Amino acid sequence: MQILQVEGLTKNFGGLAAVSEVDFQVEEGEILGLIGPNGAGKTTTFNLIAGTYEPNSGKILFNGENLAGKKPNVVCQKGIARTFQNVKVFPEMDVFQNVLLGAFFGTPEKKSRSRAKSEVEEILDFIGLSDRTDMIAGSMTLVNQKRVEVARALATKPKLLLLDELMAGLNPTEVGESMELVQKIQKKGITVIMIEHVMKAIMTICKRIIVLHHGQKIAEGTPEEISTSKTVIEVYLGE
Amino acid sequence: MNLKTIKDNRYFYPALYILILVLFIAMPYITAPYTIILLSSIFMYVALTLSWTLFSGPTGYTSLATAAFFGLGLYMAGILGDSVPLIVAVICGGLISFVLAFIIGAITLRLRGIYFTIFTFGLVELIKHLMLWWEINIVGVRGRFVPRADNATVFYILLAILVALLLTTYFLKSSRYGMALSSIGSNEEAAIHIGINVVNLKIITFASSAFFIGMTGTIMATRWSYIDPYIAFDTFYSFLPPLMAIFGGLGNLFGPLLGAAVFSYLQETLITRFPYSYMLIFGLIMVITILYLPNGLIGLYQIIRQRFIGGKHADTSS
Amino acid sequence: MHAGYLNGPAAVEPGIVSGSCRHMKVACRLYNARTGVDYMTSIINILVNGLILGGIYALTSVGLSMQYGVARIFNIAHGEFIMVGAFITWMLYTSLGVNPLICLAVAGPILFILGFIIHRYMFKTLKDKIPSPAAFEGNSMLLAFGIMFVIQSIAIYLWGTSIKGYNYMAYSVYLGDIRFSANRLLILFFALVLCGLFYLFLTRTRPGKAIRAAAQDPEAASLMGVDINKMLALCFALGAMMAGFAGVLLSMAYQLQTNMGLPYTIIAIIVVVLGGLGSIPGSMLGGFILGIIGSIVNTIDPGLTLAAYYLLFMILLLVRPSGILGR
Repeated sequence: MQILQVEGLTKNFGGLAAVSEVDFQVEEGEILGLIGPNGAGKTTTFNLIAGTYEPNSGKILFNGENLAGKKPNVVCQKGIARTFQNVKVFPEMDVFQNVLLGAFFGTPEKKSRSRAKSEVEEILDFIGLSDRTDMIAGSMTLVNQKRVEVARALATKPKLLLLDELMAGLNPTEVGESMELVQKIQKKGITVIMIEHVMKAIMTICKRIIVLHHGQKIAEGTPEEISTSKTVIEVYLGE
Repeated sequence: MNLKTIKDNRYFYPALYILILVLFIAMPYITAPYTIILLSSIFMYVALTLSWTLFSGPTGYTSLATAAFFGLGLYMAGILGDSVPLIVAVICGGLISFVLAFIIGAITLRLRGIYFTIFTFGLVELIKHLMLWWEINIVGVRGRFVPRADNATVFYILLAILVALLLTTYFLKSSRYGMALSSIGSNEEAAIHIGINVVNLKIITFASSAFFIGMTGTIMATRWSYIDPYIAFDTFYSFLPPLMAIFGGLGNLFGPLLGAAVFSYLQETLITRFPYSYMLIFGLIMVITILYLPNGLIGLYQIIRQRFIGGKHADTSS
Repeated sequence: MHAGYLNGPAAVEPGIVSGSCRHMKVACRLYNARTGVDYMTSIINILVNGLILGGIYALTSVGLSMQYGVARIFNIAHGEFIMVGAFITWMLYTSLGVNPLICLAVAGPILFILGFIIHRYMFKTLKDKIPSPAAFEGNSMLLAFGIMFVIQSIAIYLWGTSIKGYNYMAYSVYLGDIRFSANRLLILFFALVLCGLFYLFLTRTRPGKAIRAAAQDPEAASLMGVDINKMLALCFALGAMMAGFAGVLLSMAYQLQTNMGLPYTIIAIIVVVLGGLGSIPGSMLGGFILGIIGSIVNTIDPGLTLAAYYLLFMILLLVRPSGILGR
């Protein structure tokens, strides 16, 4: 079943097309990779799906419902969570509070404090931050801040998770751990779209990859197909 | 050690606060009228500062509209005069400020921080000049007289406003919405993406803070007895609350309270003793606070305490 | 009668618009209507008055625009520098008989040094303590507010609180049928020259180019060897100097008072937002636009001039917060 269908998605910034006429589908439960050179429109695509920007035209069908133009908080409560390319934790708050906010506001129903707290404990345990709940998020290392962000996103109970360069800036061990984490998230039944420049990661864990270039989709296929595609090598992989 | 056990009792702080409240209620019976007047002035500044902090403290949106809501409250008193009971007038003053703040919030709170600040600053001036034009050209009389209320009544109403404000601040701070407001100040984009309706939250909080400011204005008008647009919409009242809050320390509930109390006491006494150097002292305090006391009086207290007592436990702050 | 009309446009001295002044303007308007002054003449009149007003606005705003655009300081104390410049001129003219135009060369450097010191010892200290740009913007504004009080109270100590003024070139010149006071035309002339020179400085000289580079991308500029701290202090000092120039010119035709600063600051803020925060050509253009609007509203109802400014300002903030020439 398709969880997300993007049709004719277009976004212009002052005459410049950041994303133009992009179509793709996401199967429920898969990990989809989104790659392309810098400025290809990957993050803009995320911003459009998550509601940060309103598209100029096009549809974003999530479980059949068009979310194009909906506000980010609405999109989040519908079940799409995201992380940011430049980590955006709440730096003055501790880890627990960061994630608790996600649990409080990420779902439409108002849940009790005790239920929200137990959910947060569960998620911190899942992500491996149980021993750091009191740490101030801003004082943590990059990899841990990224984990806090993922935990906060998971606390909103998403059906679809958008990960924007989760592995950028991490060392090889940390990349390995993050790859495992993404697969664990998938096993929980959460669909994942990930933007990534770390090719090893994307080729290993994604079953399907989409390539963007100058705001247009230039290729789509399995990792094997993408890594052998002439056009993709020309514009991106061959760099 | 005895003190510590008493302090650990869960009823200690509520009991302490109720004791303080009772003390204040008894004030008009046990002290000179001058003390009541002085206390009312201090209460006014504390109320303005706490109201300002309610919204601008956690969100980081520096509002300079305090004078606009305060002035509206003052004018409400002038317009209603004797026609309704004072308490009704006070609530009306709060409501009109709430409504204006709601509208202003709805149209401006999507602006980036500094633009919001400039806009709120302009709002005060706009209302002042429209009001002035209206009075001169339409009404024909500049300014209004407000029937006076007796000192004790003013004092009690201010006390009631202050208690309501403190309770609101306390419950907001410990609720999920208080956390959400802080997350807006921390990183608004992240906040909206985890499902927080930041626009509504900002508007409602901004309007609530205006509600308290408006009520304070209406009750103060009965003490000033004459108001005109220059008195009512004085930008000074927009700048004092942030200054007093920073002076006390923004990070803590008691910071703005302490800052406003100390500062307004200083102000009331300085004005009478040094009417000419008052402005200079005011400016210097402002400059020194912002440059050297980033966490205000509370921060200063913590530094001193750590130096004398907590030297060994310096790492407990985390 | 026209001189009366020109005397103290409400918008320039918002703090001290008195009832009598207002009535005079209304009287002028009636007088115009009664004698049926030529339609075209009125339009020219409004335009030239607008330009004179605009020249002052432009000059008072470029400094603030640069201080915000480059140093991110929303300088509420800007008007105090104008006031200091005006009072220095008044002092030199009334006690030593120094020509106000020569005072430009005296007040400019004094204000430059004052601005440099204030930045070096206050705003830089603040910047070192608060690295976050958003928090710095808020705090620097409050700091400037404190500085405003300090400067103003020192000024009251030196010059008192009464209204001051002097007569310089206070005679009329005729452009066709229309009468203008000579000192106001002189103000317009020098405002245009100073704005022009300032613009040339920014676009043609090395320090000017460095300032513009720093405004666009501070990090890149510092990588290219621009000493950012010195540059920011220079910007602030130049802003103060431009305010000083404005003060000198103003003092020739308008009344002075130690509390005159804030109204000028407010006008400058409006102009800066109108032109686009941080855009210096925008501020110059914005100054003239606001001057002409002010002149038009002034003819309709002088009491509404300031209200019209704020209304325009607030609508602009909502519709196009980046201003006319903003990016």
